[in-house]
Amino acid sequence: MEWVNAVIQGVLLGGLYGLFAAGLSLIFGVMRLVNIAHGDLIVLAAYLALVVTGSLGIGPLPSLLLVVPLMAAIGYGLQRLLLNRALGDDLLPPLLVTFGLSVIIQNGLLEAFSADSQRLQAGPIETAALPLGGGLAVGVLPLLQFVVAVAAIAGLQLLSWRTPLGRAFRATADDPEVARLMGLDNRHVFALAMALSLAVVALAGVFLAVRTNFDPAIGPARLLFGFEAVIIGGLGSLWGTLAGGVLLGVAQSIGAQIDPGWQILAGHLLFLLVLAVRPEGLFPRLRG
Amino acid sequence: MPDAPLLALRGLDAFYGDFQALFGVSLAVAPGQVVAVIGANGAGKSTLLKTVAGLIAAPRRDAVVFDGEPVGGLPAHAMVGRGIALVPEGRRLFPSLSVEENLLIGGRTRRAGPWSLEAVYAFFPVLAERRHAPSTALSGGQQQMVAIGRALMSNPRLLLCDEISLGLAPVIVRDIYARLPALAAQGTAMVIVEQDVSQALAAADRVFCLREGRVVLEDAARALTREAVAAAYFGV
Amino acid sequence: MSAAPAAPAQVSHGTRASRIGLPLFLLLLVALAAAPWWTDRQGMRLLGEVYAYAALASLWNLLAGYSGLVTVGQQAFVGLGAYVLFSAALLFGVNPLWGIPAAGLLGALAAVPVAALTFRLRGAYFAIGTWVVAEVFRLLAAQFTALGGGSGTSLPASVVASIASGRAAREQLLYWLALGLAVLILAAILLLLRSRHGLALAAIRDNEVAARSCGIEVDRTRLAVFVVASGGAAMVGALIFLQKLRISPDAAFSVNDWTALVIFIAVIGGIGRVEGPLIGTALFFLLRETLSQLGSLYLMVLGAVAIAVMLLAPRGLWGVLADRLGWQVFPLARRLEPRAPPLGTAPPPTTRHALAGADHENRGDTR
Repeated sequence: MEWVNAVIQGVLLGGLYGLFAAGLSLIFGVMRLVNIAHGDLIVLAAYLALVVTGSLGIGPLPSLLLVVPLMAAIGYGLQRLLLNRALGDDLLPPLLVTFGLSVIIQNGLLEAFSADSQRLQAGPIETAALPLGGGLAVGVLPLLQFVVAVAAIAGLQLLSWRTPLGRAFRATADDPEVARLMGLDNRHVFALAMALSLAVVALAGVFLAVRTNFDPAIGPARLLFGFEAVIIGGLGSLWGTLAGGVLLGVAQSIGAQIDPGWQILAGHLLFLLVLAVRPEGLFPRLRG
Repeated sequence: MPDAPLLALRGLDAFYGDFQALFGVSLAVAPGQVVAVIGANGAGKSTLLKTVAGLIAAPRRDAVVFDGEPVGGLPAHAMVGRGIALVPEGRRLFPSLSVEENLLIGGRTRRAGPWSLEAVYAFFPVLAERRHAPSTALSGGQQQMVAIGRALMSNPRLLLCDEISLGLAPVIVRDIYARLPALAAQGTAMVIVEQDVSQALAAADRVFCLREGRVVLEDAARALTREAVAAAYFGV
Repeated sequence: MSAAPAAPAQVSHGTRASRIGLPLFLLLLVALAAAPWWTDRQGMRLLGEVYAYAALASLWNLLAGYSGLVTVGQQAFVGLGAYVLFSAALLFGVNPLWGIPAAGLLGALAAVPVAALTFRLRGAYFAIGTWVVAEVFRLLAAQFTALGGGSGTSLPASVVASIASGRAAREQLLYWLALGLAVLILAAILLLLRSRHGLALAAIRDNEVAARSCGIEVDRTRLAVFVVASGGAAMVGALIFLQKLRISPDAAFSVNDWTALVIFIAVIGGIGRVEGPLIGTALFFLLRETLSQLGSLYLMVLGAVAIAVMLLAPRGLWGVLADRLGWQVFPLARRLEPRAPPLGTAPPPTTRHALAGADHENRGDTR
């Protein structure tokens, strides 16, 4: 029973990792940018939610109404002012610029909020649970978070395959030069992709902050989890990314069941195993 | 001037970094006119089209005048909005978009005009049957039709065609070229860049020959002799 | 190479600048070697740190700037080296000085399986993959109860005493070791770049596909560089923690200390030139000594400076200087020169193939 419970908890945790990964995968797909600061932006969203809930006296879920658009705006501005200048044939500039950004965000948060651990209080919903029978129960909050993650990924999927914006993303990813001939301003398209990515990041950050303690230094590990989910799932597929997140969550949860010190390690080892036996990922997108 | 030109190039230079590809090119295209630009490999033909389309920045604003307005150096996405569309060399459809999506994205500027999905399907009926196919599944000739249809979807007043015969069977090339006069008749001006000189001469009203980035010959298409073209082409 | 005349020619590496720069550099080395006579313990400690960062930044430059292996995971090998030294001393009673070469050997060995896995990832994904490996190393070290697990351990006084007789003698010895190791690593990098491997690296960087078709074994060349750089990083890590006398997983495998700062140093100094990381190290320590009272603000300033340099002067400070003034300390450029220039004629055109990183003059403008 303990093990079944571990797997269930792992699946629910995996939804969060799927969210980490979806934002990362989206911008890599559109502009081949790997954002090293991705994890730190998740933590930045968590702190934004902390400030919003604290100053307005609202709960974490309503705070999303402010935090999501705010992060999207930050994403748009960041791309227009900074990241568009770093994009090009050479992979070093975007990598190093986002690495610098990561250090700036981390230390800025440290300066503003100190290294103390924080937590978002969600009220009675935190302890609410649905009994599944046989002594098993799932928390309402983890379940809600998983449902939101699945809904967000379904939404991204719909957006990229059924809307003009998604068409613009795919066209720009395929051939940025010809996309310009269609009247698309690449700088604007890239900025919209980053805005969308950080909107997903905001969602992930708020749920992370409700679920666990956070401090300014935990960003890089979230980047690694998101990255591992992308590689485990297979590049270029959003549902694969969610599946990768779930597998990573289950591996971590089972690892923690064996020994608390093995939680993170088990996830990393699963990633290395997938890299060794199936480097294209478990669910790569089939290309026509 | 009898007829104000739709497009006028005035002493256009173009550069790739330090390399100069065009030297003082001057050229005019009237509304509804078909102009062919011919020349050997590396003469600057594609550069000319890319500069007009805004993919390569023209060094001076007044070097490119479109519809009476200086537009040199404007980015490509602004040029499309003004009615200049380019059919790029090698077709370059978006591989992850279907046929219909490729056409739809061509029409995203929403310029007013006669072209719509229905109009393109009527113009190239074979595309209607394959509308939901991935663009990569089409034959070369069909892909070229999508590339032209995609450009038409923006309702251009000037259509730039870069090597549309490249890699296609002669019967298909003739089929595509047979449809171009209908476009000109609607008032769409065209600049056609071609390696296939006889095809270009047959389709065009006026011909410009480029050599090493300079215009070396300009004349009405039907006035040109084979010898004059060969002399200009090879510089002998 | 069309400019090469029919007369017999030889490859020359030096330039006039390097004939002045190199003796100046050697003079500086002599002065630094004499530091125990002109500075105090505090100064020697600082200089020791300078050498460690100069070595790490030079190694990262070899990986990212010359070999296209942009890694953010070299802390894996810094930490591994440190743990090898502490294990050898504490568990097997080996003199800690022998722990340094042992760390180099094991670091190089460990690099082989790490490369086998991470080389499957391309470009920026390779970077994050190496970071995951470093995290695995850190988490495994935290499980290593014999060396204190997650909280780490210290070298006992008896082991410390076995290094040298007395504190002053020990600190002097460690100082010279740090200087010697940095010089050794720099010399190894220079020899590697002047060898045919260096030419292969330049070819790979300019055009990987063309290099492959010329018969250059791209993956083997990269593997060789990765193994050498990782062994070097492990030796530097062993020496750093021998100076600190205390180890913990978080300190030994710190991404901020052993990768973020190292990358900033290389970027600010100039990636793809051997002189860049050295200049960058000097600048970094100047900046750190003046801004250290700012606390975490200082790291924000450093990050911002690195971003600004990357976007505004991607060849770094040394790149700007070298381009403007033709400076070169180390003889790395390859030029063809006639063996016997005919008297009374103008010097024939020389073909320069500067073995420098962002050598944009020689590529990119072809169409």
